[in-house]
Amino acid sequence: MNRYILSRFLLMIPTLLAVAVLIFLLVRVVPGDIVELRLVLGGSFVTPRVIEAERARLGLNKPLWNQFADWMLGMLRLDLGRSMWSGEPVAREIGLRLELSLQLAVMATLIATALAIPLGTLAAVHRGGWVDNVVQVFSVAGLAVPSFWLGILFILFLLTVFQYLPPLTFTSLWVDPKANLAQLIWPALAVGYRYSAVATRMTRSALLEVLREDYVRTAWAKGLAQQIILRRHALRNAMMPVVTVIGLEFAFLIGGLVVTEQVFNLNGIGKLIVDAISQRDYTLIQGLMLLVAAGYILMNFLVDLVYAWIDPRVSYQ
Amino acid sequence: MHSIRSATGVLLVLLLVLVGSVPGTAQQPRAGGTLNYIVTAEPPSFDGHRETTFALLHPIKPHYNLLVKFDTRNFPKVVPDLAESWTVSKDGMTWTFKIRQGVKFHDGSTLTSRDIKATFDRLAFPPEGVISVRQAVYQGVKSIEAPDPQTVVFRLKWAVPSFLEKLASPFNWVYKAEILARDQRWYERNVMGTGPFKFVEYVRGSRWVGRKNEDYFERGKPYLDGYNALFVRSRSVMMAALRSGQALIEFRGVSPAERDELRGALGDRIQVQEAPWSCNLIISFNTKKKPFDDVRVRRALTLALDRWAGSRALSQIAFVGPVGGIMRPGSEFATPDADLVKLAGYGRDIQQARAEARRLLREAGVPENFTFVLHNRDVSMPYEHVGIFALDQWRQIGLTVQHVQAETAKYLADLRAGTYDAAVDFACDYVDDPDIQLAKFVSSDVSPVNYGGYIDRQLDLMYFQQSRTADKATRLQVVRRFEKRLLHDQVYAVYVLWWQRIIPHSRRLQGYKTTTNHYVEPDLAEYWLSE
Repeated sequence: MNRYILSRFLLMIPTLLAVAVLIFLLVRVVPGDIVELRLVLGGSFVTPRVIEAERARLGLNKPLWNQFADWMLGMLRLDLGRSMWSGEPVAREIGLRLELSLQLAVMATLIATALAIPLGTLAAVHRGGWVDNVVQVFSVAGLAVPSFWLGILFILFLLTVFQYLPPLTFTSLWVDPKANLAQLIWPALAVGYRYSAVATRMTRSALLEVLREDYVRTAWAKGLAQQIILRRHALRNAMMPVVTVIGLEFAFLIGGLVVTEQVFNLNGIGKLIVDAISQRDYTLIQGLMLLVAAGYILMNFLVDLVYAWIDPRVSYQ
Repeated sequence: MHSIRSATGVLLVLLLVLVGSVPGTAQQPRAGGTLNYIVTAEPPSFDGHRETTFALLHPIKPHYNLLVKFDTRNFPKVVPDLAESWTVSKDGMTWTFKIRQGVKFHDGSTLTSRDIKATFDRLAFPPEGVISVRQAVYQGVKSIEAPDPQTVVFRLKWAVPSFLEKLASPFNWVYKAEILARDQRWYERNVMGTGPFKFVEYVRGSRWVGRKNEDYFERGKPYLDGYNALFVRSRSVMMAALRSGQALIEFRGVSPAERDELRGALGDRIQVQEAPWSCNLIISFNTKKKPFDDVRVRRALTLALDRWAGSRALSQIAFVGPVGGIMRPGSEFATPDADLVKLAGYGRDIQQARAEARRLLREAGVPENFTFVLHNRDVSMPYEHVGIFALDQWRQIGLTVQHVQAETAKYLADLRAGTYDAAVDFACDYVDDPDIQLAKFVSSDVSPVNYGGYIDRQLDLMYFQQSRTADKATRLQVVRRFEKRLLHDQVYAVYVLWWQRIIPHSRRLQGYKTTTNHYVEPDLAEYWLSE
């Protein structure tokens, strides 16, 4: 097992390196210039000398291989460089947003899991009955309604009925839990609902499959109680695809909630990605894309480990 | 007894008259409270000398003072800020400023003329490695001297017109000489000014916080205890914040639809101020590309635009409105309507203008249904509205126009590379001064923001002449000639409509008056909260 973990960690290095090369080239292929955006867009008159001086300061006049080498050398020192737009270290820019994005992802995952597993189980157990139909409607609606749209509805509802708007600025959970939850509970509910819809359907179909297995029939024949059959025999085996869905969705939530973050004015990773791309902030885009890629790789790895924990038959020897 | 009663009555009447004669108590500035306002973008750095965006001014300017400033209640009047008074020599070549005594930086040190000199030296003569985007504006400055701690002298190479207005640029924050001597780039990431508010914190992507400077040199000001500039990118969140009262104002502007929505939701709890805006949308032509290299084609395109009808219609749905030439309508240098209608495309008879446009296109060999692309930013307000308006107008002279909206970075890259036919372009600045507003239109080898690609030395010469003409009447004549050449004779660019600022704000916010641009605001030392 330890050998497996080590080899998976080592495999992350070439994967991330390939991502780094790809991202480095892709962002430079896209037309646009951070210096023009920054100095010219204000509408003021700036001389060509000023524009060139700024390009030189940012290192944009160096050959591409030189820029890539600078970035890679920085990475070896665990230095992601500085944002070309703000001048702040990239690690600091990301770190500032990571707490919010992680917390939102965790909250949405908890909400989704809390809804999906009981509802999916109920639907599977009462297959074809009214409970199943109600759960199906609930989950199909969740799939059909984009989370940002649900977020807008939440805001309009709160604003129109209670003249209330969730706080516009982020307060850490460790500083003021009440203010923190007042801001994040609404986007977590909006995202968690959509997320739960996917997981509910997955739980239902996986459980239905397991419930048809011989060993479950045997358990029924032995006269075991339904709760024991479900908890001890069926649900645990049905969890493998559900865990995969939850794991990948979690990785997506770290940087993928671009529109939801806009709707709730959340200072998260998704918004930072959009800003970095629209500002052609190469160093920041590179750092962020590496983070997202690393997030996905890590989640895949964790999901693999969870497989072994759920099902002792799975071995990584 | 009767006389005592009479005297008391008279006194009461006098008292009532006195109370009545005092401006309403609601108008009396009230100390206290924190102002929350929206800023729809974030500052790239903290250094006013190197940036051009309102996103820097709105949250950070309250920490600083200027040498002289625009009076936001009587814009564009220039009034003292750190300068107590000033004199100008008869030839207009020497400006002497007396600096206020007892002004303190937020670290407790005293401001002297040395700080003013260091600030303007950095703006006019930036040392190696320092960017001053306004360096070109001060090319007429020969030297800056500080003969004693309370005096600063600007010596000019020529009598620079509107010199005082140029000094009053809201970006010209006065920095501390000692810090600049140590590190010219310190102000890019730090704050140290003399302004009415001290810096508290900046959380990127979230908020900028300031608190009252108790040692501010203007006694009794600021009235507010502090402010929170909330960074909100989304228009819908901005509207929700204004509706809920989490923010009381946004200092750039809203669309007519947003104004109406706020009025509908908040009724008399909201006040709306409107003013013409020193920003406009232009259509630039790629004069290096056929058929836009032909002045007849460009003239046909300007003739086809019914600006007067467009103004009436578009002002209902977008923050555009006034019809004008190269200087903002209503400003000192604006062209009166009687002269404006003589320029191509400004006439009142649109049918006649379009007939002439069709004739010019035929003469230039442009076929019926000729197709070209209008490049535009993917920004709805007001770019999209004006783009759609233009292509509808051109359709009416038999042209087919594709409206291609691109992300701003790509849009700018296309304009820079010259890979476009026509493009919706813009100009915006803090003052209605020809030096600043017209620099964009000099030849493309001089101006980096002239995307038309033309070289016109006559235009360059006129720009040069007006920028060295101190006499206002003579300068105005040169500006008119510049306008005629740009918009009528050569039609390198087309002014569509000028912008109209619409600022809704909570009635709780007092002391605020809308100006003609969003750069000189906010003037937080003057504002107070009514409750």
